[in-house]
Amino acid sequence: MNNPPPEDTPAESLGVPAPPHLLRRIWLNLRSYPLLSVFVLLVLLVIPALTADWLAPHDPTQGVIMDRRLPPVFFGGTWEYPLGTDRLGRDILSRIMYGARVSLSISLVGIFVGGLLGVTLGLLAGYFRGWIDTIIMRLVEISLALPAILLALVLAAASGPSFQTIIIVVAFVLWALYARQVRGEVLSIRERDYVARARVAGASHFRIMVRHILPNVANTIIVLATLQVGSVIILEAALSFLGLGIPRPTPAWGMMVADGRQLIVSAWWISFFPGLAITLTVFSLNLLGDWLRDRLDPKLEIV
Amino acid sequence: MQRYLVYRVVQSLVTLLAISVIIFGLSRLSGNPVDALLPDNATPQEAAVVMHEWGLDRPLHVQYLAFIRNALRGNLGDSLKWPGETALGMVWQRLPATLQLGGFAIIISTLIAIPIGVLAAVNKGRLFDSFGKMVALLGQAVPPFWLGIVLIWTFSVHWNVFPTSGRGGFEHMVLPAIAMGWYQVAALMRLTRSSTLEVLDNEYIKLARLKGVPEWRVIWVHALRNAAIAPLTYFGVIIGYIFTGSVVIETVFAWPGTGLLAIEAIRARDYPVVQAVVLTFAVVFIIANLIVDILYAFVDPRIRYNDNEQSTP
Repeated sequence: MNNPPPEDTPAESLGVPAPPHLLRRIWLNLRSYPLLSVFVLLVLLVIPALTADWLAPHDPTQGVIMDRRLPPVFFGGTWEYPLGTDRLGRDILSRIMYGARVSLSISLVGIFVGGLLGVTLGLLAGYFRGWIDTIIMRLVEISLALPAILLALVLAAASGPSFQTIIIVVAFVLWALYARQVRGEVLSIRERDYVARARVAGASHFRIMVRHILPNVANTIIVLATLQVGSVIILEAALSFLGLGIPRPTPAWGMMVADGRQLIVSAWWISFFPGLAITLTVFSLNLLGDWLRDRLDPKLEIV
Repeated sequence: MQRYLVYRVVQSLVTLLAISVIIFGLSRLSGNPVDALLPDNATPQEAAVVMHEWGLDRPLHVQYLAFIRNALRGNLGDSLKWPGETALGMVWQRLPATLQLGGFAIIISTLIAIPIGVLAAVNKGRLFDSFGKMVALLGQAVPPFWLGIVLIWTFSVHWNVFPTSGRGGFEHMVLPAIAMGWYQVAALMRLTRSSTLEVLDNEYIKLARLKGVPEWRVIWVHALRNAAIAPLTYFGVIIGYIFTGSVVIETVFAWPGTGLLAIEAIRARDYPVVQAVVLTFAVVFIIANLIVDILYAFVDPRIRYNDNEQSTP
């Protein structure tokens, strides 16, 4: 790495901001208008997930034996199969569309379950403190100490992969993050005057937590949830890549990447397009999450 | 300091205990383990004999205590798939391969992430900063297993620079290590950037500049030395990711480590081996975090007096 130019700091300390570079301006625009991310998400994730039954050109599970391993349209293929076919003659585009359904439903349900659990426990821990807090925070530490894929391995080995297994894994990974973040904020919110006044006015603990404290952590929860959709999609894809995801024949993106792994020499498109779908989706989700964070909760720092 | 040490050690032991309960509980939830051992046409009497032999007719807590006693002696049962091998023995055989690849991946990602993070902080709000942010966003968006496949296609199939898979010399490690470390680069880079920004604000940096210390020395020696503390604590998390990631990456590259062993064991429904892999990973992860925390407390006195707030970022 080169040494940074020595004239770096003076300009800043004089308060003269350097004019933004062209690339940076494009970047800033991308960030301040999440339209592009929303568009990519709609096209890649939401619309296919909702309408695959009508829009998908082919059956995602029934292949045409004569049409095995056909290349995508600009690589010697035809518009019949725009992204080519896999080793069983199934249309990759249709499978990606159906795969969006798996990614979307698992991330939404998983985040909902994990978020609900984590927010509830975080509220309880931060509000009541004392032994409740101690127990919940111990559980948080334990949960953070057990890496997700390991839990998935044990669960899959014990009960076999299924929708429920994946939701349990996802919820188990996520709840601790919500609990820790929410608890930290509740600790300071509960000391505010309006909480004390509500208390004096005779509000119950439940009412204070739900009506007075929860709305104040809502932004954090929303940002956290948005930022996590991407990592949950990657987690689900990794599980289904390993064969621990939704059982066949339901198409999932990670499983499709795994299907093409042995064939990269002869048919690169089988793995390439589903992986590209994951990347673009998660990238847009992260951009959107960053944008939301800047708007709603700039203090939140998640690594 | 001593109180903190004792506290952290006890805490790690409790965590380990809880994980052992989870693993044991799941193994019993999954139905009767005897079913896997017996032929389909076994009579109930035969099943009862086998259950008695394996101690499965005893109450659950007795079984759990026996499991812990054996585990403490290093006995996690025998492999069902590979006859004559103990579950833990299988893990130990495969562990060096995983450690080698993981270590290399950590080195590569650190060498990439720290300079980018520092440069992004120094050039805050400029082009390089945006470049860094792009790297971070891409790092978190590209699934490692797909990156591995794309790397194989590009560098092994297309250009024929590196071998496609397997364990061998240095050239076998390059692609899997990049695929494994890529995800870490993003997090490590962001951490380095924010901690460098904080440090650059300090008086002693201004003093160093006033004294006429060359700018590169101010940044790469004076600032980095303190800015590196925060990313350092993140290494506990990274080691966890490396083990988790080994499952995926070793599958992609057919790298004969513990991650691949876990997948082979699951496909063969070899529960003792899965259990041994997961327990080993958990132990390594917990010990790594413990060491990192202790080092951190050593470096930064504030932690010692601030009981449990910031063990890992």
